[in-house]
Amino acid sequence: MLAIDRRIAVGTVAPVVRAATPGRRALRAFLRDRFALAGCVLLAVLAVAALWPVAWLPHPPELSDLDARLIPPAAFRGGTPVHPLGTDNLGRDLLSRMMHGARFSLFVATSAVTIGAVLGIAAGVVAGYRGGLADVVLMRLVDVQLAFPLLLLIIATIAVLGRGLAVLIVILGIPVWAHYARIMRASTLSIAAAQYVEAAKALGGSETRLVARHILPNLATPLVILTTFEIARLLLIESAVSFLGLGIQPPTPSWGTMIADGRNHIYEGWWVSTIPGLGIFVAVLAFNFIGDGLRDVLDPKSHARRTII
Amino acid sequence: MRFLLRRVPQLVVVLFGVSIVTFGLVRLTGDPITVLLGETATQEAIAQMRSELALDRPVHVQYARFIRNALRGDFGDSLRYRQPALTLFVERLPATLELAGAALLLALIIGLPIGITAALRPQSAFDGLVRGLALTGQAIPGFYLGLVAIILFGAQLRLLPTGGRGSLAHLILPAATLAAYQVAIVARFARGAMLEVLGEDYIRTAQAKGLRRLRVIVQHALRNALIPVVTIIALQVGTLLSGAVVTETVFSWPGVGRLAVQAIYTRDFPIVQVTVMVTAALFVAINLLTDLLYVLLDPRVRVGD
Repeated sequence: MLAIDRRIAVGTVAPVVRAATPGRRALRAFLRDRFALAGCVLLAVLAVAALWPVAWLPHPPELSDLDARLIPPAAFRGGTPVHPLGTDNLGRDLLSRMMHGARFSLFVATSAVTIGAVLGIAAGVVAGYRGGLADVVLMRLVDVQLAFPLLLLIIATIAVLGRGLAVLIVILGIPVWAHYARIMRASTLSIAAAQYVEAAKALGGSETRLVARHILPNLATPLVILTTFEIARLLLIESAVSFLGLGIQPPTPSWGTMIADGRNHIYEGWWVSTIPGLGIFVAVLAFNFIGDGLRDVLDPKSHARRTII
Repeated sequence: MRFLLRRVPQLVVVLFGVSIVTFGLVRLTGDPITVLLGETATQEAIAQMRSELALDRPVHVQYARFIRNALRGDFGDSLRYRQPALTLFVERLPATLELAGAALLLALIIGLPIGITAALRPQSAFDGLVRGLALTGQAIPGFYLGLVAIILFGAQLRLLPTGGRGSLAHLILPAATLAAYQVAIVARFARGAMLEVLGEDYIRTAQAKGLRRLRVIVQHALRNALIPVVTIIALQVGTLLSGAVVTETVFSWPGVGRLAVQAIYTRDFPIVQVTVMVTAALFVAINLLTDLLYVLLDPRVRVGD
């Protein structure tokens, strides 16, 4: 009885309460996308792992226990529940290291993307809004940036400037500007041509006001989509840099460094590099799922693609 | 033709920028004299070397000298091998081209058909599978995939060699590892481009005329869908080279990527310089070729000019 009442109540009230604003509709469509939802759940798990206080980890991540070297994950023969994901060649607990490493991998990737995004948005908006010489110069700079094989440029720069967390973030972040500049320029061009911007201009709005009130807020959609993909890309690049031995210095665990550590023990302990590898895979997948889902929902063009032969 | 006349000066500007960055990168290392002569060098030796390398001259003079030498193919001698850096680079280049070419071929043979087939049946089980595969291929770090391949095919099954270059068997694992990401990209873009084209009015017109489905797909849709796919493949050349750096390291493949990584470890800057400079120039050249191809494939580019 009660259940029926509720159903009726929801059925009658819902249309009034949930007026389908474009935002709500997009959110609902986004949550219906199973991939996108999975991405959100995975990302939430990663965020909890990354923010988990070090003191609450099952074991100190840098503590080695030479009596507990190369223990396989608990699900495999020889494993123990004390180390659910097993231990590495120095007897360090892999679960604790993975959780601690999530912090560095995600921190490096998101900070680097922030640097690149700020530079790229500034360049893209100036190029798209001002046009002329600024546009030509900035877009040629983008071409120069994109001409370099990214990984090679990054490791060469690290070799020159030395290693360290801050240097790593800056070196990873700067090249990201080029993608942002290109996409933000294109978006700015199309927004600036819209009638409401023309109208605001005709009403005598200052340039700063035009950019701040009308251009920047409308860049949010492409910005959010691009950022999820760029974070995923930087997670991969950071892990490659760490794998090549040019990332964060040991014993601080980054997932890429952990894979590189495990590489030397691949025959006795396949899990040592497999587990951080899966970690990177899952993290990148989560961001890509979310990015794909957001694009499907927010980019009006992608709706049209559903009606085909 | 006007299109090309505009593109070429742009490319010269880009190459100029690339040369400045490469030059600047090596200048940032500080005084190369100490690297060249060691800490114990005498004052006279240092002074002599300095004037030999023109390091006592203003920066723009040094840059002009760098460009003059670079245009003649002289990037200095490798500090480690005592040979011209360019010679070492050129010696290693075929190995990388072999690896990258094999990976690209795999990407096309696998990626194109599955991407196109998925687009023909959107939201089907096969489409879901391709979407999943593409996302997976893009999310696995190349070096990790290489390690897994080594564990599986080298250590456990003992089927394939896991390092070095020689027979075709040596090529399989590294090429497959490098191709994984490319297959994903090609499949994804082929699917997207095909879906977009299939939604166009002229496809509906062709169908309405009663043309056979296969003919509509191949003659009308595929031809147009390939244009963006070609662009993406050209842009992937940079990713292929970056991927080669990692793949060559994992599989001890004697290509330019491994040469560069080793040079970076030993601070052998002439080699780093030549690798960065020449690969960037190659990338620019390939993009120009893509533009040419574009003009041939798409009449709109010519008209719109």
